Amino acid sequence: MYTLPSKLKLFSIVLMVLGLAGIIFGFMTTPKTIDDVKKILAEQEAHHGENHAVDHKEDTANFIDIARGEEGYSGAAMEHATDLSAEGHGASSHEEHVLHQLQTRPWSATFVAAFFFMMIALGVLVFYAIQFASQAGWSPVLYRVMEGITSYLLPGSIIVFVLVIFAGEHFYPWQNADLVAEDKILQGKSGYLNFPFFVIRAAIYLLGWNIYRYYSRKNSLAQAEANNFDHYRKNFKASVFFLIFFLLTEATMAWDWFMSMTPHWYSTLFAWYVFATMFVSSITVIALVTIHLKSKGLLSFVSDRHLHDLAKYMFAFSIFWTYLWFSQFMLIWYSNIPEEVTYFIIRIQEYQGLFFGMLILNFVFPMLVLMNSDFKKVPWFVVIAAVFILVGHYIDVFLLVMPSTVGHNWGFGIPEIAALLFFAGLFILVVGNGLGKVSLRPKNDPFIKESENYHF
Amino acid sequence: MSSHYEAPIREPLVLGEKSYQDISADVAAPVLGKANKSWWIVFTIALIAFLWGLGCIIYTVSTGIGVWGLNKTVGWAWDITNFVWWVGIGHAGTLISAVLLLFRQKWRMAVNRSAEAMTIFAVVQAGLFPIIHMGRPWLAYWVLPIPNQFGSLWVNFNSPLLWDVFAISTYLSISLVFWWTGLLPDFAMIRDKTKSPFQKKIYGILSFGWSGRVKDWQRFEEVSLVLAGLATPLVLSVHTIVSFDFATSVVPGWHSTIYPPYFVAGAIFSGFAMVQTLLIIMRKVSNLENYITIVHIEYMNKVILLTGGIVTVAYATEYFVMWYSGVPYEDYTYLSYGAATGPYWWAFWALIICNFVVPMTLWVKKLRRNIIWTFIVALVINIGMWFERFNIIVVNITKDRLTSSWTMFQPTFVDIGTFVGTIGFFFVLFLLYARTFPVIAQAEVKTILKSSGEKFKNLRAKHGND
Repeated sequence: MYTLPSKLKLFSIVLMVLGLAGIIFGFMTTPKTIDDVKKILAEQEAHHGENHAVDHKEDTANFIDIARGEEGYSGAAMEHATDLSAEGHGASSHEEHVLHQLQTRPWSATFVAAFFFMMIALGVLVFYAIQFASQAGWSPVLYRVMEGITSYLLPGSIIVFVLVIFAGEHFYPWQNADLVAEDKILQGKSGYLNFPFFVIRAAIYLLGWNIYRYYSRKNSLAQAEANNFDHYRKNFKASVFFLIFFLLTEATMAWDWFMSMTPHWYSTLFAWYVFATMFVSSITVIALVTIHLKSKGLLSFVSDRHLHDLAKYMFAFSIFWTYLWFSQFMLIWYSNIPEEVTYFIIRIQEYQGLFFGMLILNFVFPMLVLMNSDFKKVPWFVVIAAVFILVGHYIDVFLLVMPSTVGHNWGFGIPEIAALLFFAGLFILVVGNGLGKVSLRPKNDPFIKESENYHF
Repeated sequence: MSSHYEAPIREPLVLGEKSYQDISADVAAPVLGKANKSWWIVFTIALIAFLWGLGCIIYTVSTGIGVWGLNKTVGWAWDITNFVWWVGIGHAGTLISAVLLLFRQKWRMAVNRSAEAMTIFAVVQAGLFPIIHMGRPWLAYWVLPIPNQFGSLWVNFNSPLLWDVFAISTYLSISLVFWWTGLLPDFAMIRDKTKSPFQKKIYGILSFGWSGRVKDWQRFEEVSLVLAGLATPLVLSVHTIVSFDFATSVVPGWHSTIYPPYFVAGAIFSGFAMVQTLLIIMRKVSNLENYITIVHIEYMNKVILLTGGIVTVAYATEYFVMWYSGVPYEDYTYLSYGAATGPYWWAFWALIICNFVVPMTLWVKKLRRNIIWTFIVALVINIGMWFERFNIIVVNITKDRLTSSWTMFQPTFVDIGTFVGTIGFFFVLFLLYARTFPVIAQAEVKTILKSSGEKFKNLRAKHGND
């Protein structure tokens, strides 16, 4: 039985308190009026002087071009994507725009961290379901670990749900009725992108994912007491249905929560790309939690072979993520269709270091560190790779959200760090408690013996 | 590799009271025996189809591409449809041998040899089309970056058609090496078993002097693992590159970022359907029902269900984003309302029925374990996946941006004849393979006999598991 060490508990509570204070500070200090923005801009100019041009790329940001709805597709889109100066847009509209982005920043910062930790819990749940559906023989020893991590899904997904519902126009320009009235493209999409349907969809995801998590955990615990495999069979069936449900809802979730932040832009691969990020981060967290518990001597039945397998998955899905990243990027770069390239133009122009840096963290480092078979069995090596991967995929989520919502007015300061601290603290607390409720050794699973005797 | 313990709940993979000796004998029987009448009949039919196809190819090359049904709008039709179809079929082989090896699926051992053979033969068929669909195929060597007398005139590495050249040729070579390495111990088994001096000579050469020492086996396993690790990204990238032929373009319907993983999923889907088609017959005629069991068929059906599900989600995504994009041109793409009701409505619905509706029946366990039904579904999927490629290629370009270039496509007998010819050629190769190669990797099946054989599972059930 695991109990969250009191020091770790205290640490997580401190993280949460600090984080919460920082989040509140972030929301309190956003500029309220256009006058505030003018002051900020004046200060920026005083500071940067020569960098004037760089500081006014606001038209690449939060890419909603009202004109495109009237003028058609390519011309206006390209103009807005490449026109980096404020000329011709009237000073007041420019400052309003900056005001909007500055007010959005604490929302986005909170959402990035909230989603990052929620997707880890969700991805672990998917990995867990796959282990059942594929009748894996190596992983049943890790079922309690995975269930512990997925205990974060309920609080995490509720927070994300609340954020996407209340963020409104901060994230989703299509919720602005005035904008839609002027924009033919958005009017065309209103059958899907409308608020009531958006809420209903989010509620369906929330319910579906959490019901499976509750049901499978219940069966998994009941199996430990049973003397037949009925609960296992129920879990097998449930996980197959969950995986179908997930494959569908993951796609619509990615469209709803991320793609619709830039409602003119679309990419068919996008949903699976989000999935790849989610999946590789989750496997990494399973490995980290396993290493932590093993170092406490609580997982004597988990060998370095199991760690080796987890590390292989981290390696393989890092490559898989890169494959999807490259496919999406290369195809859009290659054909260079104006309405599609805007997505990457802003990311490359305003976020260049992060955009290409994340490739090193998510692909090059895991590839080099985890290629060797012996290294994959060494805990500290896996931890190093895990840190790269988690930082890299946090940046990935950051890049899904920030360029679409705050544009060039981004930063990595108090709001972002505070949100990370808060959700990290919450994650540690909830997962620690989730791991603690029952024995970490699953019993009576049909494959548990195979798993415990597992060598490779 | 893995321990000998196996959960009792797992179904046996080798049926009957088999010993190591029985496995060798069963696998060697078709090679050591004589072909029967029905083999000759089928072989003759395949050979005639092949020769007919060869005639069509010669006619095309000597007369001109104009003998096909292509027109100025539709520059790619059956040629590239067949190319993608054959490449797709070739993917299940590598999936079974490489990906399932990485996932330590023991059931792959009874089916990998034939799946790999299918890969090689299908890629050979696929490889024909990029050459014969050229207007001047005798200049095909210009696609290679060779120093030359034109001031070293080189190829442009920006074209996915050039990437295809590298992808397909690498894929064929790696698959061939992977397949052949696996064959060494099995050829050695035939060499040691045969009484005929001629066969002994031939299989002695083919088996490269394999003597099965410990060191050899160690390296053999390591090489298999490394090749599997290399073949897995290869198999994904090859069909990805094939999908780039379309996705890098600006043609509505072709330009779609989901193509890379979607094509790969479709390739596995159609490839497994072809493996089912071939193995269901092979297990019967070669008496291998104890090795290729109903469990193997069910597992392959599950892979078909999974990849079919992924493909279906991709269809839904394409359909949704077609609408969501708000681009009016997208309404004529292969997965759109316009396609479902337009002149190619039958191709659209054939796709939906063959690739979605019919395979869905495999969710029912009874049907999944029904050999006749599996065979029918597998055939339907092969047809459906041909239609998928036809729809992607032809339907998308018949109605492009300019209404003045809208047109229809009508294949000629040469289009059809060439396709029939490649099917004939495929079966010629496959039938010859089935008579001369050990169609089951007996050395691998022997490694799982004691953990997954029915006899040994029963023994363990009786005498305890440890």
